[in-house]
Amino acid sequence: MKEYTIRTQKIKKNTVKLRLIIFGSLAVILLLCSVFSEHLTPYDPYLQDLSCAKAPPSAAHWFGTDRYGRDMLSRVIAGSRASIYSTLLLVLIITVIGTCVGVFCGWYGRWIDTVLMRISDMFLAFPGLVFALAVAGVLGGGLQNAIIALTAISWPKYARIARSQTLAQKEMTYFKAARLSGSSTLKIIIRHLLPNIIGPILVTSMLDIGTMMMELAGLSFLGLGAKPPTAEWGSMMSDARSLLTTVPWVTLSPGIAIFISVMIFNLLGDTIRDYADPKSRR
Amino acid sequence: MNVIKMEPVLRVENLTGIYKGKNGRDPKTAFTAVDHVSFELMPGECLGIIGESGSGKSTLVNMIIRLLDAAEGSVILDGEDITTARGKELRKIYRKMQMVFQSPQESFDPRRTLSDGIGEGLRNSGMSGREAKEESIRLMKLCGLDPELAGCYPHEVSGGQCQRAAIARALAVKPKLLICDEATSALDVTIQKEIIELLDELRSREKEGFSILFICHDIALVQQFCDRVLVLYKGRIVEEGCPDDIINDPKDEYTKRLIAGVL
Ligand SMILES: Nc1ncnc2c1ncn2[C@@H]1O[C@H](COP(=O)(O)OP(=O)(O)OP(=O)(O)O)[C@@H](O)[C@H]1O
Ligand SMILES: [Mg+2]
Repeated sequence: MKEYTIRTQKIKKNTVKLRLIIFGSLAVILLLCSVFSEHLTPYDPYLQDLSCAKAPPSAAHWFGTDRYGRDMLSRVIAGSRASIYSTLLLVLIITVIGTCVGVFCGWYGRWIDTVLMRISDMFLAFPGLVFALAVAGVLGGGLQNAIIALTAISWPKYARIARSQTLAQKEMTYFKAARLSGSSTLKIIIRHLLPNIIGPILVTSMLDIGTMMMELAGLSFLGLGAKPPTAEWGSMMSDARSLLTTVPWVTLSPGIAIFISVMIFNLLGDTIRDYADPKSRR
Repeated sequence: MNVIKMEPVLRVENLTGIYKGKNGRDPKTAFTAVDHVSFELMPGECLGIIGESGSGKSTLVNMIIRLLDAAEGSVILDGEDITTARGKELRKIYRKMQMVFQSPQESFDPRRTLSDGIGEGLRNSGMSGREAKEESIRLMKLCGLDPELAGCYPHEVSGGQCQRAAIARALAVKPKLLICDEATSALDVTIQKEIIELLDELRSREKEGFSILFICHDIALVQQFCDRVLVLYKGRIVEEGCPDDIINDPKDEYTKRLIAGVL
């Protein structure tokens, strides 16, 4: 009986490591693509060539061309920069803001905790994307405003996690010991609290990369994110949606790019969660 | 011993600790855990405090070490009133007064090594990282720990080893007063004895000389180790004296029951 459990755990751990390597390297490839997108595009993604407009996929244009004759492969690669960069930036912002608010609330408690948590409840009570639409609508379009809108609806989740983690940790004796060692509150929070609560927060942000990429693309699709002609996957899909039946490749290629990247980041997030789970590590 | 005209290291006067009830200021739910306690602790002395669970021992020492605010009374450490000290002032006071906690493993940050924890106070008082590390290794040796354990994490060492490291950490700043709140309760009997012997030995050394406030609910240990003992019951001191006298001839009803129950 005992041996059986030990063996299953061993096998599970191995797959976790393997998955971590596979999805980790896929994500790295994706990131490298977006960093070096200028050097990877076979054609200028903004160069219009009406003579070969709406050309179907061929050896010269793997993903075909759009109605202005721009090479779709180049546009998808160029779009990876806007899509992936803004997603990562967004996730970074919400992680930092949410963690700061949550740690502050959990550590100090009292009325400030109540006030901030009620505010976060308010944000959580709205249906997320509808609220983001409203914010983006008020602020106007543009990728920057889409990021602000999504930040507004996404930080409460992180604040909740950071707060509950802080509450669970802060009564531990080692904080008292650190205080007796003459460390200031700020030092205790940075050196002792954060390293002990950051694990689950990082896992959540990894899992959120995929979601946020979709929501950003969604806002762009609705015309509230990146504006044409900027190559961005969501707005590229929206751009060509009226031609879906005649030139489907123009909509499909950024769609597939979103699908693949979201899947890679989701699987990576899942794997990191499994890896960080002490039960699968021990 | 020249006990004449010595200033006490610690003087506690009418110290009172009140836990406010669930709904904040409602006086009906407030609970007085420590009720007008006064005592003195002389340099080099070891004072035991015994009492059943819930008698307010931890509340009392937490107020002395300023992890809790006192409702009334004062704490005077080395001639200085520290009852309301906070911030920078308090950090200075923690170089004179240290504490060893009940659960050794929990008193070290799980993500930091033992030597890092021991050296934290040294680094905070201006020592460089390397010096602090060397000093923490010296302290570990002093407390009977293998210096190879310096790079270990708290979960990688035994409870007894961890408690030795906690003592090393407490002594790093050369305090005048060491408070042990049930520092041996989480350890098994033989390790308990080792820790007590270590404390006794360190205390009698000229260089490290410090007073000990030893919280415990094991009367036998207190008898072995302490010069004087206070019996706490429901937040009040009911009896005070030499441990042998108290055990052989308890005056107070509660002390009688406490001793009868344990021995
Ligand atoms: N945070 C708190 N809020 C309210 N009441 C508390 C709190 N902490 C302790 N008490 C109460 O104060 C009393 C004294 O508690 P304390 O922890 O000082 O006892 P103790 O003598 O240290 O006991 P033990 O031997 O179990 O450690 C107990 O009756 C307890 O119920
Ligand atoms: Mg206690």
